[in-house]
Amino acid sequence: MPFIPHTETEISEMLAAIGAPSIDALFDEIPAALRIKSLAAIPDALSEMEVGRLMQQRASQDGRPLNFLGAGAYEHHIPAAVWAIVTRGEFYSAYTPYQAEASQGTLQLLYEYQTMMSSLTGMEVSNASLYDGASALAEACLMSVRAHRRSKSARIVVPSTLNPTYLSVSRAVTEGQNLSFTVLPYEPGKGTLQFSRLEALKGEDITAVVIQQPNFFGLMEDVDAITDWAHANNALVIAVVNPLSLALFKPPGEWGTKGVDIVVGDGQPLGVPLSSGGPYFGFMTTRMEHVRQMPGRIIGRTVDLDGKQGFTLTLQAREQHIRRSKATSNICTNQGLLVTAATIHMSLLGAAGLEAVAATSQRQTSKLVERLARIPGVKVVFDGYRFHEAVLQLPTKVSEVLEALAKRNIVGGLDLSKLYPELGNALLVCATEMRTDADLDSYASALADVLERKP
Amino acid sequence: MSNIPADLKYLDSHEWARVESDGTVTIGISDHAQGALGDLVFVEVPEVGKSLSKGAAAAVVESVKAASDVYSPLSGEVIAANDALSGSPELVNSDPYGAGWLFKLKPSNAGELQQLLDAKAYEKVVADAAH
Repeated sequence: MPFIPHTETEISEMLAAIGAPSIDALFDEIPAALRIKSLAAIPDALSEMEVGRLMQQRASQDGRPLNFLGAGAYEHHIPAAVWAIVTRGEFYSAYTPYQAEASQGTLQLLYEYQTMMSSLTGMEVSNASLYDGASALAEACLMSVRAHRRSKSARIVVPSTLNPTYLSVSRAVTEGQNLSFTVLPYEPGKGTLQFSRLEALKGEDITAVVIQQPNFFGLMEDVDAITDWAHANNALVIAVVNPLSLALFKPPGEWGTKGVDIVVGDGQPLGVPLSSGGPYFGFMTTRMEHVRQMPGRIIGRTVDLDGKQGFTLTLQAREQHIRRSKATSNICTNQGLLVTAATIHMSLLGAAGLEAVAATSQRQTSKLVERLARIPGVKVVFDGYRFHEAVLQLPTKVSEVLEALAKRNIVGGLDLSKLYPELGNALLVCATEMRTDADLDSYASALADVLERKP
Repeated sequence: MSNIPADLKYLDSHEWARVESDGTVTIGISDHAQGALGDLVFVEVPEVGKSLSKGAAAAVVESVKAASDVYSPLSGEVIAANDALSGSPELVNSDPYGAGWLFKLKPSNAGELQQLLDAKAYEKVVADAAH
């Protein structure tokens, strides 16, 4: 049954009104060669019962492995109350309602979310969310070009310790908009930005400098020095952060003497379950002076004619449905449902709860690294202070080790050998508060076994 | 009926232009335009030194419900922008032909002035738009 409830009569009346002979005729301007004749590759529809069974089969293929993979998406405990509340009918929608002001509850929730994100990142304003962390960075790069009118270069400087998928998404999204990305190497043996390479750019026109904290290797960049250098060289600063880490570390709004200009990241660690890469949600916060260039929408609090509190869309005039091709973004929505989960998650955990989760993750990772490094042939690649990820060097090919671990029902981490070939057989591991000491021991003994059997 | 001063030139996209005694041109949006937009919440003016061609998007006026481009009636270099609007965008609503001016140009092609509408022609544009 089609979802568009037009009768044949209505369709022919509408066609007559616009003077078109048929619906197909409306597509005449698309050359015949570009039109798909049939959908032969798409199988016939299944019944709900058949789909249910198929999905259960697929889900069971995943198993329930012991997970030590992070690299941008993290397994954290989500209190059962979070999704029980999110899936209530009042909240269960991915969208800001089109008659937004008729849904005061949804707007209030988004308002609370913005307040939490502003406070967590130390910035003045937050939008109502974006698609995911990687596309949020792409949006931040475009925004920096609009906001920094004195800079004519549209040049973005990024460290090679930025999550590589964030860089490739940013390149893909901004392609055709004349942005250029200058990638700066990390200090060998240290794993953080080689500051002298940044200093070598002194005097050049740079629109923005991107800093990821903690960086892709889980290490802490010298964010104060980088922020101050960028501002002294007339560049804006875009911070990419794991929101959970901000429960422990200084918020980007306080980096350097002035704080950064734009903060983005993926909100997944805040109550969103791991799920084949998504859906997750991106967040963005900024300074008030840049608010007109921020993509997306803001929910504001106001009063009605009787002086009673109400919530309203306050910044949507530059969105796509109004500004068309000149909108601040061609993505004209937010991730309402996942933001609902994050807001409830943060409310339930509170500041102390978030801090406990972050601190436990950091402690378990440090114990994991200690245990794995005791295995002959396994080395810690970078020594610096870290959050909840670390790079290890293995004596043999990482992909084979990960395969052998998978057979023991362990997801051992991310193989870095293609992303960072100079690191050799490098593996990125992560432990969150979900990994008990016994889990760490299981991983250590499995890895020792796997490595021993290798020539 | 909106106020359409007789001594100004207009575009049918509702910008006005006033030739000053020194030959520079001051540009803003008409009383009709500000009324149609409603209360302005933000105005983005062009950078001083920027060169604009006739018809180029030069500024943005934003109300609660819409953000609209302001087009340059003439080609030339921006020699001043009304910075007071960043803190008080409502000046465009209260005094569109005075304190609510947007920017000043040094025109590079005086002949383009002849192509603009006079008050009478613009009055007709506004009247037609109402029907």
